[in-house]
Amino acid sequence: MARYLIRRVVMLVGIVFVISVGAFYLIHLLPGDPAVVILGTGDSPQNRAILFKELGLNKPIWDQYFIWMRNILHGNLGTSFISQTSVAGTIRAALPIDLELIVLSQILAFATAIPAAMRSARKPDGPLDRVLGATSFTLLSIPPFIIIVLLVLFIAIKLQIPHTGPSSYVSFSSDWIGNLESLALPAFTLAIASFVVYYRVLRSDLIATLQEEFITLARSKGLSSRRIMWRHAFRPSSVALLGTAGVNIGGLLASGFVVQYLLAIPGLGYTLISAIAQSDYLLVQGIVLVVSVGVIVINFLFDFIINLVDPRISRE
Amino acid sequence: MSDQLEELTLINRPEKSRPLGLLFWICVGWVGLNIFGAIFANLLPLPDPLFQNYSAINVGPGIHHLLGTDDLGRDIFSRIVFGSRVSLAVGAGAMLIGFGLGAPLGMLAAYRRGRFDAIFTTFMYVLLAFPAIIATIAVLSFWTPRALVKIIVVIGLASVPLVYRVIRTATMGIATKDYVVAARIQGATDTRILFKELLPNVAPIGVSFLLIGIATVITLEGALAFLGLSVNPPTPSWGNMINESRTVLAQNPWLVIFPSLALCLFLLCLNFIGDRLRSHFDVTEVKL
Repeated sequence: MARYLIRRVVMLVGIVFVISVGAFYLIHLLPGDPAVVILGTGDSPQNRAILFKELGLNKPIWDQYFIWMRNILHGNLGTSFISQTSVAGTIRAALPIDLELIVLSQILAFATAIPAAMRSARKPDGPLDRVLGATSFTLLSIPPFIIIVLLVLFIAIKLQIPHTGPSSYVSFSSDWIGNLESLALPAFTLAIASFVVYYRVLRSDLIATLQEEFITLARSKGLSSRRIMWRHAFRPSSVALLGTAGVNIGGLLASGFVVQYLLAIPGLGYTLISAIAQSDYLLVQGIVLVVSVGVIVINFLFDFIINLVDPRISRE
Repeated sequence: MSDQLEELTLINRPEKSRPLGLLFWICVGWVGLNIFGAIFANLLPLPDPLFQNYSAINVGPGIHHLLGTDDLGRDIFSRIVFGSRVSLAVGAGAMLIGFGLGAPLGMLAAYRRGRFDAIFTTFMYVLLAFPAIIATIAVLSFWTPRALVKIIVVIGLASVPLVYRVIRTATMGIATKDYVVAARIQGATDTRILFKELLPNVAPIGVSFLLIGIATVITLEGALAFLGLSVNPPTPSWGNMINESRTVLAQNPWLVIFPSLALCLFLLCLNFIGDRLRSHFDVTEVKL
């Protein structure tokens, strides 16, 4: 276990290093003089001097990287010259909304996918399994950006449900019920995308697990089918489910960007797209770095949890 | 002896695979129709997708405009047909890059194993850990001005690790089969084994994954267009059209419903064909 963990941590550090180089290099993809583009509307001799000092733009590229890295390790992602605010502060204000959205959507997705997969696996190819199979296959072909637009069209515009339309976000601290209402459609959209994946993975894994000998043994002992399903079949099958959930996080964040963009919910996604529109490149770079590293770390944590559920994995 | 013989014939008898079914051919027809429309959009009797007819703004579906017009009086049907060009170009172009680089590397790594495999596989897994859509958003937002070619290149490169993994896993399952070992013992050259023994058996898995890959790539382009990061307006694309309809959702819902329908139907057909082919070739599900 310890050796496995060390190997994973070394890999994690390596990946984070690669990401940091990639995120750093983004600035140099910009056409022309990066200083001119980064400063944008905030171009003045003073700002130019600050930028050169902060990014070390007149030094060799490797020195620039180390200066940039040292700033980041001190929690300093730079100051946007367009909005005159610190990048780290902007990210800190937006991040909780993304986290809330993901948590809500995952609660919804697990609460529906697990029972649905169990019902399906109990009678594979039965009527319920066929209906759920066809539904999930169809949903798989509907991208989140279409689901959210259609939901907004029918629920916010046609039915006039309050707090669900564009630009009607309510913050959690001001009114938590209004906050949940304003996040309902986005959370539901993300939950649909996750449900489809979780349902399909868990269903096929449960069907395989239910053919194992220990299930036959449990049946012959006369245990109730509910107990067999939860205690004997779900635990081994949950490994696949957790693995999928871990891998799913990156896509989930990205889908979160799309729903935030439509509804003008001020999370990381909306902030990112607005920053791109305003050519606020330091903010874009900061968000890309934080999100990518966040996804990797969450994946790592999921690996760790999977190990706790099924210790055999680390011995391979 | 006869028992053994029977067992052998039992194993060798090719399993009768499920027929592809009517729905499969309907899907093939729909995809074919879309490809035809995209290629010959110029020659079809369609109104100019960019022409703004201010005397027919936000018209519903009807005889003059099959699917109605948008808020600038442009014909929605024509824009959908022309818009399919972007989706199809991205789907085909990105997968050409993804398979062009990923598939040969994956096959070679699975066949050669050893250090070559170890280095490439570690490298690809590091890339896989990087969330592809966030990477594409990042690169496309910095690599300005945006153009279709850049979008194809970025999405194509982002798909390489995924294609590599699928093809490598598929090849590894086949490279250990008896007939490959037999060919090697007989002294067949590496090229011969790769092209005559491995390729024909990896191809079916590759094709079904290719279709699902195209669907995924088209979805990604749609999401980018929706965020305003794909081809610039007024060039129509399905994602662009959905993005533009945001502001007039209440006045003209047709504007979002038709391009969404076009995109979803196309994706559904691709996914269905890919899924059916996979079960038809009786390929054990490769982890996608």
